[in-house]
Amino acid sequence: MFRWIVVRDLTLAWKGRVDVLSTLFFFLIVVSLFPLGIGPETNLLRLIAPGVVWVAALLASMLSLGRLFANDYQDGTLEQLLLTPQPLYLVVLGKVLALWLVSGVPLALLSPVLGIQFGLSRNTLFVLAVSLLLGTPVLALIGSIGAALTLGLRGGGLLVSILVLPLYIPVLIFGSGAVDASITGSGVQGNLSLIGALLVLSLVFAPWATSAALRVSLE
Amino acid sequence: MPKINWYKYASPANFYPLAGKLIPWFAIPAAILFVVGLYVGFFIAPTDFQQGDAYRIIFIHVPAAWLGMFLYVVMAIYAAIGWAFNARLASMMASAISITGAMFTLLSLVTGSLWGKPTWGTWWVWDARLTSTLILLFLYIGFISLQASIDDPRRADRAGAVLAIVGVINVPIIYFSVYWWNTLHQGATIRLLGKPSMEGSMMTAMFIMLAACWLYSVAVVLVRLRRIILEREQNAAWAAEARA
Repeated sequence: MFRWIVVRDLTLAWKGRVDVLSTLFFFLIVVSLFPLGIGPETNLLRLIAPGVVWVAALLASMLSLGRLFANDYQDGTLEQLLLTPQPLYLVVLGKVLALWLVSGVPLALLSPVLGIQFGLSRNTLFVLAVSLLLGTPVLALIGSIGAALTLGLRGGGLLVSILVLPLYIPVLIFGSGAVDASITGSGVQGNLSLIGALLVLSLVFAPWATSAALRVSLE
Repeated sequence: MPKINWYKYASPANFYPLAGKLIPWFAIPAAILFVVGLYVGFFIAPTDFQQGDAYRIIFIHVPAAWLGMFLYVVMAIYAAIGWAFNARLASMMASAISITGAMFTLLSLVTGSLWGKPTWGTWWVWDARLTSTLILLFLYIGFISLQASIDDPRRADRAGAVLAIVGVINVPIIYFSVYWWNTLHQGATIRLLGKPSMEGSMMTAMFIMLAACWLYSVAVVLVRLRRIILEREQNAAWAAEARA
């Protein structure tokens, strides 16, 4: 069931790959706006790089959440998935995994290219990619709770952001902290370990909260 | 002595008049304690050796911060009860608490800023306690927005419950942040066992203000709860009489 859900969602994402790519382009454009807006001074750019890239990753992850449940909710598939004898936890985990593979991983792999715009060193670019690789699944998992709670509501993307961005803040702090530590030469591992801890915690608890939220939203 | 059937008060129709009778029992002592607490705090407690008179904002800041955290936990508990036992009065209580909790959290952040400027030299600093209290405020706002944007009241109750329970992990983080991280915000001065490091009359004033704020919260939450009950139960016969 788990494998089936992942394959199905990946297939659907491939069929609608324009949506997928637009999330990536959003990330690209937002990150590129900052050097344009702030000016080319390298030292300043290096200071703001971790925060800027991470905030853009946060926003892009949040926008991709719209694809997670909304389409299935609208054509009734989600209701059928809730009725299967398989645990909803696995269904949610599968969908989130598919979402991360399609949105989070390309984001993380693209980030070193964007980091070059800010004049970061090769080591820092590596840390940036790793931090995003560890952090984006956490964002997808926590975001799935918000997406499940707001199914079919008129608030739309804005309501999801109010719910989900406060919960994203710890990931942001440790993620940009890791890249910052790499720039200043202090402890990168501490921050990365904390993101890893958040990943483990969210892997265990978030799908459970999301299942509960789905049942609440679908009654 | 005859057994009292407490469960009868789980019905909004029965709790409405009880809440009305309880409100003055909390509001009047709250008002008295406010006056007493502020008097002790401003006229009896001595000037601080290090901070001068600026420290006196502690008499609002600490109770507000404490209540912001405490009310969130209480809100989460009521929301969980409303969800688990399908008790709509408990969910209404959670909705009533949310606004007071948000107000106290905002008050603690604002008074903290006002205190920080003369003592730390800055209006804001991104340390662990301030950041996690800000997250708490956002969680309250998220709870209130979520409930406001769902039309079906039972779905709104349950969705809010999920959000409140997910966010409750933040409260211990705020509380322990001063132990876990090296922060600018001062550590704990009041320990459960052992001697506190704050002077006698200051402690007294702070606890009086804490009690005052707590009683005030109960009173104001009950008032808001009554309004919510009338709004949600507006189609019931008893509600039409109560409104008249």
